[in-house]
Amino acid sequence: MLNGSQIFVEVLAEQGVDTIFGYPGGAVLNLYDELYKNSDRIRHILTAHEQGAAHAADGYARATGRTGVVLATSGPGATNLVTGIATAYMDSVPMVAFTGNVATSLIGRDSFQEAYIEGITMPITKHNYTVRRVEDLADTMRAAFRIAQSGRKGPVLVDIPKDVTANSCEFTPKPAELIRTVTQYDEEEVLQAAEMINKAKRPIVCFGGGVRSAAGCQPLRDLLTKADIPATYTLMAAGVLAYGEPHNLGMLGMHGCYTANKAIDEADLVVAVGTRFSDRVALNPQKFAKRAKVIQIDIDPSELGKNVAVDLSLVGDAAYILQAILPHVDKAEHPEWMAQIREWQSHDYKPEDSDTELKPHQLIAEICRQAGPEAVYVTDVGQHQMWAAQYLHHTKSRGFLTSGGLGTMGFGYGAAIGAQVALGNDHRVIMLTGDGSFHMNLNECCTAVSYELPIITVIFNNQVLGMVRQWQTSFYGKRYSNTDPHRKTDFVKLAEAFGAKGYRATTPEEFRAVFADAMKQKGPSLIDCRIGKDERVLPMIPGGGDINDIIME
Amino acid sequence: MQQQTQTNAARRRVISLLVDNQNGVLARVSSLFCRRGFNIDSLTVSATNDPAVSRITVTLHGDDQDLNQLILQTDRLEVTRQVFELNQENSLQRELLLLKIACDSHNRAELREVASIYKAKIIDLSPDSMVFELTGKPEKIDAFLKLFEGYEILELCRTGVTALERGGRHTHMQKPPQEVRAAQLPLPGTHCPEPQ
Repeated sequence: MLNGSQIFVEVLAEQGVDTIFGYPGGAVLNLYDELYKNSDRIRHILTAHEQGAAHAADGYARATGRTGVVLATSGPGATNLVTGIATAYMDSVPMVAFTGNVATSLIGRDSFQEAYIEGITMPITKHNYTVRRVEDLADTMRAAFRIAQSGRKGPVLVDIPKDVTANSCEFTPKPAELIRTVTQYDEEEVLQAAEMINKAKRPIVCFGGGVRSAAGCQPLRDLLTKADIPATYTLMAAGVLAYGEPHNLGMLGMHGCYTANKAIDEADLVVAVGTRFSDRVALNPQKFAKRAKVIQIDIDPSELGKNVAVDLSLVGDAAYILQAILPHVDKAEHPEWMAQIREWQSHDYKPEDSDTELKPHQLIAEICRQAGPEAVYVTDVGQHQMWAAQYLHHTKSRGFLTSGGLGTMGFGYGAAIGAQVALGNDHRVIMLTGDGSFHMNLNECCTAVSYELPIITVIFNNQVLGMVRQWQTSFYGKRYSNTDPHRKTDFVKLAEAFGAKGYRATTPEEFRAVFADAMKQKGPSLIDCRIGKDERVLPMIPGGGDINDIIME
Repeated sequence: MQQQTQTNAARRRVISLLVDNQNGVLARVSSLFCRRGFNIDSLTVSATNDPAVSRITVTLHGDDQDLNQLILQTDRLEVTRQVFELNQENSLQRELLLLKIACDSHNRAELREVASIYKAKIIDLSPDSMVFELTGKPEKIDAFLKLFEGYEILELCRTGVTALERGGRHTHMQKPPQEVRAAQLPLPGTHCPEPQ
């Protein structure tokens, strides 16, 4: 006989979980007592706030592909997870969230710290459970892990009332289930896809986060090489194709590069892999790829044709489908098409360098140079995120962690903690943030200090809420409503107050020096970099527009 | 998904959903409809011959695109076992109506006549009102109600459509088969591995 808390720990261990993120509280006291006794088997990372823990579990999962686990107490503990869970859901990140709840006898009575978290998280989880009997606990937890990491991945929440963590029952250990993916595909459709690729004169591949979650990325690279097809990616797939690979055109969409957007517009065939054509990619679904036939490959049938009409759709794991298509694709070359693309590339937006001022693209180039291609880069949300997407030399498929679908400001620090914990301190984790985003969850700085995580945070500090302000500049007649908060935060003192190392850089030369110093620190560091408040993210295609509406200056 | 013939006219469609019979299943389904913006005309939940399974019958107005999305999104729910459209020709669709009409001794006879043509039952008669019960296809109920436009309807209640397919057993769209593959996860900091 084991009690619920013992079963909780046993099933976590059985699922191969060795690290969880969380925050204790009344309803999870029994679970935390058991975690105390099992601290040699399961490492618990205590964050400053449950939201930070949820983002950390998410960052852990994004950096490794393993399922992230977060634990919080009932009521406010549970509701504080909501943004983190929604962030993981929108980006299909495997995560299991456990929440405590009041005892079953107190549920529904507005008891102290009671919240109906199952109802609250229904629309932002793949599935969720309230465990009402200790006999159901083990199998429910196993199902949660199975669902989170099968098919299209995503978060699952398991709510455990306090009496369930105390009651006892028989426990039978079971080995962890193997991860499932859709390995089957329709042979007919595969042949049809290959034929469309062979016939195309101006083909392009457009891939998204689904490729990163798939069983492998190599079949995609093989297809590009064999059939000489240029490729563009969405924000979620930065790094799958290494920077500098000849077929890599760069990012697509609202802040994607001119060539990628132009090539989609001119192509006669678009092969979309693991992307849902969100409104930040297909800004105008009617005009998107208007000259092209579209093949869409996705593991989730509900994504096929959801946003953009497609001519051929294939359901399954991208790696298996591309692997199947590959032998039927002729070895080809598209010299005219590639020459045309090279010509467009000469028109791509190029920001101006400066020797005296800090420029976002130069900061990023310097970070890249010093931290190297093996570093993991994490961002918050806003202008700095887009600059990071555009200018980092992405080379690792799991080397760029960013909140794409939900666009969660404050995602970065928690995610960086998760990534650093997952990869160990020998790996370099760099967090790029803006002063707006960083203010949202900078409390997690204390967590990085407690666990001696050498995360280097570079704050692109323009003293305004830059992305919203950019829209106000372009579309709202420069009426800067509430985007200039006049904050006086001293990030160097802030870092010191937390017990981290703080730096300030005002020139490229200073930045080079302080970043090099930050690289030598054992613990976390913050670098405050003042950039101009009128810096914009370019190019930009306004929402609902197409390549003809692109703003380049 | 695209092989279906595309007709863009919005018409009344009936969808049958077989779901796990468990706590909160209706909330999951209705919350999905709400957040995806599917506008539902009626929804009924009922028991089936299998105690582990409930049947939800949904009617909505929409074109093929709407319907396809509704079916695929619903299929993503863990509680969904099967979801499929019931077309008019090979399914049986029924609805129950209770209709309370104000009446007096003068018009009681003509109301009775309408009821008898439609084979509606009079299940309550009071000095100032009567209640009809009618079962039939939704179209029949609509037509019946149209006849009462000149009368004072005190209250009415429709159950929403409940429906079954004609003929024996049917197999419908199932969740895509998920095969086990070796749980070879990407090593930290490396490219994801290739499929076996």
